[in-house]
Amino acid sequence: MGFTYRKRGIMLTEKVNIRELADVIRSKNAGPYELSFDIVFKSFEIYEQVKRSGVFTEELIADLYNVSVDEVISIINYDAAKAIKATIIRPRSAGAVGDGDVYGAQQHAPLLGIEIEI
Amino acid sequence: MDELRILSPTAILGYGFPKDSFERGLAKEPDLIGVDAGSSDPGPYYLGAGVSFTNRQAVKRDLKLILTAARERDIKVVIGTAGGSGGTPHLQWCTEIVKEIVKEETLHFKVATISAEQEQEDILARFDRGKLSALAPASETTREELIASSRIVAQMGVEPIISALEAGAEVVIAGRAYDPTVFASLPIKEGFPAGLALHMGKIMECASIAADPGSGSDCMFGILREDHFLLEPLHLKRKCTTTSVAAHTLYEKTNPLELHGPGGMIDLSATEFEQHSERVVKVKGSKFIESEEYTLKLEGAKLVGYRTLSIAGTRDPIMIQELDNIIEAVKIAVKDNFEDLKREDYHLLFRVYGRDGVMGELEPQQGIVAHEVGVIIEVVAKTQDLADTICSFARSTMLHYGYPNRVATAGNLAFPYSPSDLKAGEVYEFNLHHLLQVEDPEELFPIDMEIVVPGKSYSV
Repeated sequence: MGFTYRKRGIMLTEKVNIRELADVIRSKNAGPYELSFDIVFKSFEIYEQVKRSGVFTEELIADLYNVSVDEVISIINYDAAKAIKATIIRPRSAGAVGDGDVYGAQQHAPLLGIEIEI
Repeated sequence: MDELRILSPTAILGYGFPKDSFERGLAKEPDLIGVDAGSSDPGPYYLGAGVSFTNRQAVKRDLKLILTAARERDIKVVIGTAGGSGGTPHLQWCTEIVKEIVKEETLHFKVATISAEQEQEDILARFDRGKLSALAPASETTREELIASSRIVAQMGVEPIISALEAGAEVVIAGRAYDPTVFASLPIKEGFPAGLALHMGKIMECASIAADPGSGSDCMFGILREDHFLLEPLHLKRKCTTTSVAAHTLYEKTNPLELHGPGGMIDLSATEFEQHSERVVKVKGSKFIESEEYTLKLEGAKLVGYRTLSIAGTRDPIMIQELDNIIEAVKIAVKDNFEDLKREDYHLLFRVYGRDGVMGELEPQQGIVAHEVGVIIEVVAKTQDLADTICSFARSTMLHYGYPNRVATAGNLAFPYSPSDLKAGEVYEFNLHHLLQVEDPEELFPIDMEIVVPGKSYSV
């Protein structure tokens, strides 16, 4: 946990947990074959800083969810909503035998550990 | 017509809405009440089995308020994806509720029902002509897979609903429909730009979810004009903010800048969200880009077996430590005991809550740190009887399994219920998520026009 502050024009950076930077961190099906993650940041300033940090990559998502980079469909910055969206292929379609989350609404927890240097 | 005024009472017909909000919406003199009645979110069972995921009484409550208010004021009503999945039994279920209300409230009106369920033979013929293509990440389909489908529906665009409205329908009950069409059909018929109408529909289909605080059980009002639309939540404690509306555009989509639907896509790359007043957001710049070929999305579900499950828990730290080995041993015991069965005859799953019950293979955390865990023993087999048999055997084996260092020799599992094993019935999987190229956007969606009066209906 940390925070960023400005002092006499010098920006001191620290690693900040994403929970301090975002209002919404969620997962949901995008159709029965995809799982999509939305992170909506608290302000446009924070969003721009996070975008510049380059933390959100296909590799990060692949790593957090134990999937290959090929299974990460896209990472999209959506400026109008100050949001970043990542989408992966579901390991199995929604409601298929063995699926544990038909709506895909409880797959966000690994994102809560992301630390960002801003 | 300078503007078109639309009321969206609830995100899903049957999810309810406060009467106050609804009346505030009626006072704003809407031209249309639109309501999306379905979703594929609750999973493949409802499409496959032909039943609604919504409750009949709850749907009737919502519909009664909507239909009586609309008939009093001559407001058009469009219901999309009737019965939750929009297949023929779903459409019949919804129509039956409408007719009950007509009788009880002595209403009469001209109703159009639009079917969206597809004949297997027809889809097979189109497949043979090369008209189906997979919608990534689904894989290409086969004849066998199409034949295995229990039910196939196609998502209609605005065209069949526009035809129904042109034929004079006062109430339209549509089978599976692309969600925004419920709101966009009337405006597009009246000449409003498709991009704005569909984008507004995309937001309004979730009613007040796009407000702050959001709710799927509260009403939203939209006003569409030539070059923009306005959104206002109808509960005074909610407001639309540029963030709440823009963020909603992200929801359940892969790419928020390109929303693909029947016949084209909504292009949001030039969309602007503006705070019009404290509780109202103005949206402009959304465009509709027609695709070269008109495609419709097909959805299908197939029966994969029958389920029986047993819910249990354990509080024993030695058992929890040995759990993975115990599960393996039980699987082997089942296999040995039913050696005549083939691998494909049944699936035996152990869901361990406290380990990876929620995330499965996506779970990055290893091991169990909890002092107690929940275990669901689940069997999906080719018959209900076999599922019962395997589940019963796996449950009793696990209950009494003598694992190393065991001290609690009376039983390994705590069952909250008697009977411990629950029959969950038919199990379906989605097996079709494909695009179908068509010549005519209306060719798969026959419209039936009727005049309904209490206790009767006349075809027209």
